Amino acid sequence: MRTALPKVRVPYLLLFPGFAFLFTFFILPIVNLAQTSTQTPISGGDTGQYEQTFAFGNYIDAFLENREQFARSFVYATLATIFALAIAYPLAYAIAFKSGKFKNILLVLVVAPFFTSFLLRTIAWKQILGEEGFLVPTLRNLHLLGPQTTITSTSVAVVAGMTYNFLPFMTLPLYASLERIDPRTIEASGDLYANGITTFRRVTVPLSMPGVVAGTLLTFIPAAGDYVNAAILGSPNTKMIGNVIESRYFKIVDYPTAAALSFTLMAAILILVTLYIRKAGTEELV
Amino acid sequence: MAIDPIEARGDLRLTRITKSYGDFKAVDDLTLTIPKGSFFALLGPSGCGKTTTLRMVAGLEEPTVGSIHLGETDITTTRPYQRPINTVFQNYALFPHLTIFENIAFGLRRRGLKDVKEQVEKVLNLVELPHLAGRKPTQLSGGQQQRIALARAIVNRPALLLLDEPLGALDLKLRRQMQIELKWIQREVGLTFVHVTHDQEEAMTMADTIAVMNEGKIEQMGTPADLYDDPETAFVANFLGQSNLIKGKIDGSDGDNLVIDLFGQKISMAKSRSHAVDSSLYAGIRPEKFRISRTGTQVRGNTLTGGRIEDVSYIGVSTQYVVAMPWGQELMVFEQNDDGVPPFNKGEEVVISWEPTFTFGLRGDEDVEAGTEVNPEELDE
Repeated sequence: MRTALPKVRVPYLLLFPGFAFLFTFFILPIVNLAQTSTQTPISGGDTGQYEQTFAFGNYIDAFLENREQFARSFVYATLATIFALAIAYPLAYAIAFKSGKFKNILLVLVVAPFFTSFLLRTIAWKQILGEEGFLVPTLRNLHLLGPQTTITSTSVAVVAGMTYNFLPFMTLPLYASLERIDPRTIEASGDLYANGITTFRRVTVPLSMPGVVAGTLLTFIPAAGDYVNAAILGSPNTKMIGNVIESRYFKIVDYPTAAALSFTLMAAILILVTLYIRKAGTEELV
Repeated sequence: MAIDPIEARGDLRLTRITKSYGDFKAVDDLTLTIPKGSFFALLGPSGCGKTTTLRMVAGLEEPTVGSIHLGETDITTTRPYQRPINTVFQNYALFPHLTIFENIAFGLRRRGLKDVKEQVEKVLNLVELPHLAGRKPTQLSGGQQQRIALARAIVNRPALLLLDEPLGALDLKLRRQMQIELKWIQREVGLTFVHVTHDQEEAMTMADTIAVMNEGKIEQMGTPADLYDDPETAFVANFLGQSNLIKGKIDGSDGDNLVIDLFGQKISMAKSRSHAVDSSLYAGIRPEKFRISRTGTQVRGNTLTGGRIEDVSYIGVSTQYVVAMPWGQELMVFEQNDDGVPPFNKGEEVVISWEPTFTFGLRGDEDVEAGTEVNPEELDE
C-alpha cells in the first residue's frame, strides 16, 4: 500500500500543467466572454463602456442580424470539408499504400505549407486567382471563364482558399488511419470474392472512418470560424460569421454582440459535431 | 469452352512454376499435383518458398514462369476474387469493423447467395462458437479468432482451402487440439486443404501427403510415414525428426540387401532403401530405432560395438542417450522406459543394435547438416 500512494498522485501531477494552462487561457476567458455577452452599453458612457444587465436578448438580436453570415459560414465550411476530403483521401491512400520509398518525402510535402505563414499563403492565393495570375487568363482563353468574370472576391475563391489551407489537417489523420490498416485484411477481402471497388467500399473505407471523422472535424471546426480566407479572398458579399465577430470586436467595439455571436457559433458547432459523431458511429470502431 | 474459373473443381496442378524477385528465386521450377479432397502440407523452413507458392495459388502473387490449373481450368492469372479458393491467413486477417457473423457472411454476400443466415449458423456450429456471432473480432481469444478465420473460409465451400501457418500464433496445447480438430473438419466438409507450415509435427499430424520444400524446390513428397521411414535426402532426414547419419561404403550385396561397411563394422540394409549413387553412402537410423545393451550381451540385427554413454537425459516416456562411437561420432538413442531396466549410466560401455529394415541410405556426397539448423524465429515456445 505504501508504494500505491505515489502511484495515485502521478497522474494528477502529469495533468497539472495542462489543467493550469487550460484554466488560465480557456476557462477564464470563456467565463469573461459569457459575462460580456449579456452586457449593455452604459447610458451616457463612452464607446466600448458596458455594464452587466443580463440582457439575454443580445443573443437573439445578434443571431437575427447575422443569420445570413451564419448560414454562409456553415455552407462554406461544409463545402471546404467535402472538397478537402475528396482531394485528401486519394492522396492519403496513395501515400499509405502506393508510395514505397517516397512515403516520407510525400508526408513532408503535405506539411510543407506550414513552413510559411497562414496569412502569406492566403495572400499568395489572391495572386494566383487574381487578374494577373496564370489561372484566370488561361481559363479565359479556353472560354471556360467569361472575359469579365473574376475568381477573387467570390465564394469560389473563399472556399478554394479554405480547402487549401485545411488540406493537411484532413490528409494527416486520413493517412494515419489508412496506414494502420492491415494489408492482409485487404487481401482477405479479395480472397473472399470482393473485387477492388467492393473491397474499397466494404473494407478500406469503414476501416479508415476514424481518420475520416478526425479529418473532417479538424477541417470543419476551424473552417466554420475562419475569417482570414473570407477577408483576403472574398468580398463583402462573402462575409462569414468570423468576419462579423472580428469587425464587431475590433472596429465597432461592440463587445457584447461579438461575445454573443462567438457563443452561438460555439454552440452550433458543438451540436453539429455531436450529431455527426453519433451518425458516423466512431465509438464502434476499433 | 472456357468455364467461369469460380466454378472450377478438381486437382490442383502447378506446372513448372518459378517466382523470381530480381536474382532471387523464391520458387524454382516447381511441379506439383494436389489431388482433390486431400489434406496436403507444404513443409519447410522459413524462406523455402512455401508461402510464396501458397500466395500464387491464392492469386495474391503471379508466377514469373509456369502455370496453375484447377481441374481443367487455367487460373494462373485469374484475380483472387475470381478463384474458388479461400485462405486462412496467418494472423487470421478478420475484418475488425464487422461482427463475427458478418465476417463469416462476407464471402457469401459478395457472391450474392441467398441463405446466408442459415449457412453462417451452420458453420458457426461446426466450429462450436455459435454464441459469438454478435461479437467483434477483438473481443475473441486467439483460438476463437483462428476458428472464425477457418469458418469464414470454409463457409464458401471452396474447391481449395489454403492454410498459411494457421496455428502459428496459438500456444502448444491449443495447437495440438486444433490440429486434431482441423483434420476432423477437413473430413467432415470434404474439401481439399493445402496447409503451409514449418512445424513438422503439425504437418505429420494432419496431412495425408507432405511435400518438403527447401530453397524453392520440393525435396521429397509422400505420406508422413514414407518421409519419416525412407527420407531420400539429408535435408528431409534432418528436418522431419532427428536422424543419425553415419558415413559408410557399400561393400557388396546379399540378395535384396546391401552390406555396408561403417568404419570397419559390417551392417546390412535393404537395397530398396538406398538412394546412394555410387559406393559411398550415409547410413541413416532414427534415434528411437536403436537399441542399447551392455557390452558383452547377445544382440540381434545390425550391431555397432565400442560405444560409450556420453550423456543421459531422462524425459519421462523415454530416456535420450548420447553415445560416443570409436570413430568420434556421437549418436542419438531414444529408449522407451517400458522394460523396467534402469537407465544406463554415463561412461558405460555399450553395444548399439537395430533391425536392418530400419536403415535408410543417403548419397555419400550429402551435406549431413542440411535441415538441422533452426531459425531462432521459428523456435516454438
